[in-house]
Amino acid sequence: MSNDLGPSFANAVNLNLTPVQAQETAPGTSDDAVHDVVIVGSGPAGYTAAIYAARADLKPIVIAGSVTAGGELMNTTDVENYPGFIEGIMGPDLMTNMQQQAERFGADIRFEDVTSLELDGEIKTVTVEDGTVLRTRSVIMSTGSAYRKLGLPNEERLSGHGVSWCATCDGFFFKEQNIAVVGGGDSAIEEATFLTKFASKVTLIHRRDSFRASEIMQQRAFDDPKIEILWNKQVTDIHGESKVESLTLEDTVTGETSQLDITGLFVAIGSDPRVDLVKDQLELTVDGTIAVDGRSSTTSIPGVFAAGDVLDATYRQAITAAGSGCVAAIDVEHYLAALDS
Amino acid sequence: MSAAKDVTDANFQAEVLENSKPTIVDFWAEWCGPCRQLGPVLDAIAAEHADNIDVVKVNVDDNPAIASKYGITSIPAVYLFANGEVAKTSIGAKPKSALEKEFADYLTPSA
Repeated sequence: MSNDLGPSFANAVNLNLTPVQAQETAPGTSDDAVHDVVIVGSGPAGYTAAIYAARADLKPIVIAGSVTAGGELMNTTDVENYPGFIEGIMGPDLMTNMQQQAERFGADIRFEDVTSLELDGEIKTVTVEDGTVLRTRSVIMSTGSAYRKLGLPNEERLSGHGVSWCATCDGFFFKEQNIAVVGGGDSAIEEATFLTKFASKVTLIHRRDSFRASEIMQQRAFDDPKIEILWNKQVTDIHGESKVESLTLEDTVTGETSQLDITGLFVAIGSDPRVDLVKDQLELTVDGTIAVDGRSSTTSIPGVFAAGDVLDATYRQAITAAGSGCVAAIDVEHYLAALDS
Repeated sequence: MSAAKDVTDANFQAEVLENSKPTIVDFWAEWCGPCRQLGPVLDAIAAEHADNIDVVKVNVDDNPAIASKYGITSIPAVYLFANGEVAKTSIGAKPKSALEKEFADYLTPSA
């Protein structure tokens, strides 16, 4: 299984401000309390950070997302490579467990979306969609990544009419049909394999001549009689009036074009770090991830930390995100201790 | 999923197409994670705009005819019906403010 995870006004800053440990802020209101840490995002990174921060008595507030809580694992099935689960665990179960584990230690988890962040200064401001304004001494950004689109003109129009990003949601609609998956990583192969439960045939389209997926996933695709692999092909157009009927493919070596008749296209070509909220405030890397100092979670602004896929252009696994969340929580602990000493 | 009223293949005509109010239909299924997350968002919209719209849900697993009639291939799919016809569609789980923006024309009293 893949788990490529793959979502103000701090002006008067008093350096000797005493943190108020007021944990409860009713939604829709703002209070004068200055919280220790607000965690933005609730994938493995955010929830692990919450577990550690709560156990350190930092009374973390997690802004988990109204429709993205739990992160990308909420849309997966079996997670086979997260240590500790001999037979694997379902992605949504893993994330619900993490949430409950964080809540057990007192994390305040809110299923809301952050609309803006003011990160400069010693007191940061987090504004939430319901109007709540939170003031906090530190912020952990664990907003993960968002599915990449092909960028084709008909992709948006036919989205929901044959073009999909969620095999577990939409596979059901393609019973006994010919469909395609585009991509070459673990996610693409996992989707293709999952979709064979419904479809009569799944064509896996990849623009290179080898997969970057793990060996065990590749072998699953090679061994599956319902999966056909098209190497060195990229999708250049999607056709269909009211629903997807066919694709135009271009050979990445010869440039030759061909037509593929299918009724569904699942896009699994990776994801991009979700940095919209902070891209004008924090330093980013050339990959578009949040830049951090070495192996730490320290960003370009003191008191702002990052964890998970949003800083990781390389590994992007549930377990690396979780580890990264732990790093961020410990960094926050040290940062606050230094401020208080 | 939302707490909205269940509409089926059998009563879709009466509950949605013949409804005098614009009606938001949430096409969902048990196995769809984003559908479960979208439920409370639609409940909030239903509560806030009860004077102007109705919100109902259709389980696509139990009611394949309606889902197929409207060519649903991705869920959650949120369709707004007005005067018996599809007036607006929105695919995927989106935050409340995003949905309210998409359906803005129907959430306020019509002129």
